[in-house]
Amino acid sequence: MTTQFMNDMLLILPELVLFLGAMGLLMVGAFSEKDATRSVDYGAVGLLALAAVLAAGYASDATAYAFNKSFVMDSFAALMKVLTFGATALAIIMSQRFLRREKLARFEHSILLVLAATGMGLMISANDLISLYMGIELQSLALYVVAAINRDSLRSTEAGLKYFVLGALSSGMLLYGASLIYGFSGSTNFNEIAMAFQPEDGILPMAQVIGLVFLMAGLAFKISAVPFHMWTPDVYEGAPTSVTAFFAAAPKLAGMAIFLRVMMTGFGEAMVAWQQIIILISIASMALGAFAAIGQHNIKRLMAYSSIGHMGFALVGFAAVSPAGISSVILYMALYAVMTLGTFACILSMRRDSGPVEKIDDLAGLSQTRPFMAGCLAILMFSLAGIPPMAGFFGKLFVFRAAIDAGLYSLSILGVLASVVGAYYYLRIVKIMYLDPPSEDVNEPMPRELAILAGGLTAFTLLFFVYPAPFIELADMAGAALTASGGISAR
Amino acid sequence: MIDWPLLSTLTFLPLLGALFILLVRGDEETVAANSRAVALWTTVVTLLLSIFMVTRFDGSEAGYQFVERAQWLAPGIDYAMGVDGISVLFVLLTAALMPICILASWVSIKTRVREYMLAFLVLETLMIGVFCSMDIILFYLFFEAGLIPMFLIIGIWGGARRIYASFKFFLYTLIGSVLMLLAILYMYWQEGTTFIPDLAAHGFEADVQTWLWLAFFASFAVKMPMWPVHTWLPDAHVEAPTAGSVILAGVLLKMGGYGFLRFSLPMFPIASDFFSPMVLALSAIAIVYTSLVAFAQEDMKKLIAYSSVAHMGFVTMGIFSATMQGVQGAVFQMLSHGWISGALFLCVGVVYDRMHTRDIAAYGGLANRMPIFATVFLLFTMANVGLPGTSGFVGEFLTIIGTFQVSTWTALFAASGVIFSAVYALSLYRRVSFGRIEHEGLQQIGDMDRREIFIIAPLVLATLVFGFWPMPILELTAPSVEALVAGYQEAVANHYSGFEAKPVE
Repeated sequence: MTTQFMNDMLLILPELVLFLGAMGLLMVGAFSEKDATRSVDYGAVGLLALAAVLAAGYASDATAYAFNKSFVMDSFAALMKVLTFGATALAIIMSQRFLRREKLARFEHSILLVLAATGMGLMISANDLISLYMGIELQSLALYVVAAINRDSLRSTEAGLKYFVLGALSSGMLLYGASLIYGFSGSTNFNEIAMAFQPEDGILPMAQVIGLVFLMAGLAFKISAVPFHMWTPDVYEGAPTSVTAFFAAAPKLAGMAIFLRVMMTGFGEAMVAWQQIIILISIASMALGAFAAIGQHNIKRLMAYSSIGHMGFALVGFAAVSPAGISSVILYMALYAVMTLGTFACILSMRRDSGPVEKIDDLAGLSQTRPFMAGCLAILMFSLAGIPPMAGFFGKLFVFRAAIDAGLYSLSILGVLASVVGAYYYLRIVKIMYLDPPSEDVNEPMPRELAILAGGLTAFTLLFFVYPAPFIELADMAGAALTASGGISAR
Repeated sequence: MIDWPLLSTLTFLPLLGALFILLVRGDEETVAANSRAVALWTTVVTLLLSIFMVTRFDGSEAGYQFVERAQWLAPGIDYAMGVDGISVLFVLLTAALMPICILASWVSIKTRVREYMLAFLVLETLMIGVFCSMDIILFYLFFEAGLIPMFLIIGIWGGARRIYASFKFFLYTLIGSVLMLLAILYMYWQEGTTFIPDLAAHGFEADVQTWLWLAFFASFAVKMPMWPVHTWLPDAHVEAPTAGSVILAGVLLKMGGYGFLRFSLPMFPIASDFFSPMVLALSAIAIVYTSLVAFAQEDMKKLIAYSSVAHMGFVTMGIFSATMQGVQGAVFQMLSHGWISGALFLCVGVVYDRMHTRDIAAYGGLANRMPIFATVFLLFTMANVGLPGTSGFVGEFLTIIGTFQVSTWTALFAASGVIFSAVYALSLYRRVSFGRIEHEGLQQIGDMDRREIFIIAPLVLATLVFGFWPMPILELTAPSVEALVAGYQEAVANHYSGFEAKPVE
């Protein structure tokens, strides 16, 4: 074995651990005499934790490449991997009891999630169109299957199928764009693409723009940005709630990470060609997320629109195309994942007579029947609305700061106005919990692990303002690592 | 000087009380009783501490005192606390009104007492924080976060249309504030810091000032509230529980005026000068128009709410006259309106607790059965009108003098507004207190009990003492106001002399 090979292996160690571990767990599940679901779940959480620790080990290192520069490891990749793997592990912990009680507990579930996490890891580190596509597909195939894991439910299978068909369409667009880009640059490597995509007099040739737009459409689908969001509400609503919890956090983190990576590394110089696209989908996502959520009655559907809106806010920072902007997106996504997972820990606890309920009105008067759960959910709602001193406010503060620095005033004004509209529907949930007379619609106590998770994530959200500096520094470090590769840092 | 973080202690002490309340265990009765006690003790200790702070405050200095600064969010965005002559008394006002609010809710709040006291203590922390912040992002944090407890106070313990009122309150104030946030971010980008004294010394470009001024105005005009964005206030006041109205009128409205004084005038003097005719016109309209609207009200709380809008018109008028008397008068008017309107809402609360209606027509002849109430109510009605000898007079008089130097027309309308305010206030008083008792339910109504007298006594005292002897307040605020006005006049003069210096083509 050559040292080159060893070095390459060392860089993909987190993914390697996840992949081999998933295979091992599959064997355990298939060949064990008894039902091995529980041990496979714990094994999966352990694997993800190990992978996260390994990924964190690269955090301070300089940029390193593997496999002929098709795989990159820098502090940006390290941070995003830690977040994604962590979010996946939390999703598995949250899902256990839910799936068991819904009679959906199969050992394949957590193995699929680990495989999805492997794909996300590859995505985050992709430095080549081929490895990008491989990562996305590995992730997506696992996601399609878990969406339909409740095969006896029409809603769940429909969600899985919808996700698959639309996902395939977006992959097709992505591939089409990738092939055009390859045609014009003669390479699939992001660094070499960057050499080819040098606009002359600020204008990129039309054909290159077309390839770029198709690529962006495929990536926008993954983060469910408008106008590629159509699948989100249906999939969120149809999939089992625990699966929705997973969908809302980890894949969004990974999708945003690769979106940032592709644009900054591959097309950093061609910024003029795509900045306005980001601005447009950002405004559209914020507006749609804010207005469409108002009429929702199902809390999972509401969270779907909320996530669309939040992607729009994250893209505000992206649209600035500056080091401050990139680090603000990273911070925003991390805080978004924390808030979303906390919210879903509460949503998973919404049960009546041992069946799950998901209508918003079922929360009526929750503050009197379940004060702890209502308190957590209320704090998370205020945070999602961006009201200080919750963490969500700081996320918004930094993305808008980046946008203002970049002179994007109209985008910022539209953005903050959308956040006021959005505040309305978050407030409505608080109103239903605190201002409406109690109903006994949610009559089961919160399960212990969900209570701990919801409490912990809420406490983080609430107390973030006390000592935010280390998190902001981490995001800055990761952002600097990414911008350094794109030549944007000079600006 | 004091070598421990006095202002941080003062700010976060109520939060400590809130934590205590959170830990109270037992049946509903015990929890309620303990929550009340903890809330009262916390607010009283906070009051004592703030009195201590005011005694140690050096009134002859214009700058910030008790300054604390620590690294916080990002380079340039620090945790910075400090008070100057303008803010120090607002801290005291907040701390003084809080125990009164807790006591006023002692009996009338029966449901979810723990949450109620929690909301009030959190609110106190946020309000004191607003007045102590020396960093504009920190200010914004406290300023905005205050919406949450107030939303819950109106929404949970409010009247029949409480949900509409709480949403209107929240969203109205939020939409103004987010524009201010963008302006703050722009200033941070320009200057690289959000430290208030640095920003005030910066001197932004004249055309930039215009935009920034408008963004800040959007926030503070709603908060104040100025005509025509005042419509949330009557709704919020009517639906809020008594103590909620007291704190809303007493402190939350003052944040708008405080914001104008702290940010708009010193940071954007040229824009303030440019827009001052507009503000003066809006103030004059507010004073005259809302006084007339108040006259037409059938609901006592709504009437007082509209009268608050009119009185805030004097404040904006005084501030944007940018004269020594005007600004001094505005500060005085804000403080005095803090206790007078608070007391008026307490008076309404007294009869509301007995009759459960705020309809003016449901009362009449209360002076027969409630002599103490009738006396107290008369005093505060007169103070609201601005009768000489009450603190209400000093503020209105000073703001009118200040404005007269700048715009005689505005002063004329404002002075006529005083007459209108006499019209609605006296007619309210006549319909509630005088005449014979005609309603069956009023035959057995009892006078104010000892708790109610005890609550309102300090407010009576403040109204009379500072009505006859306003010097302590005026002396304390003078150096800071003088520095503010001088800086403002200088900036405006420099700007226009710059124009004249250019060669005429």
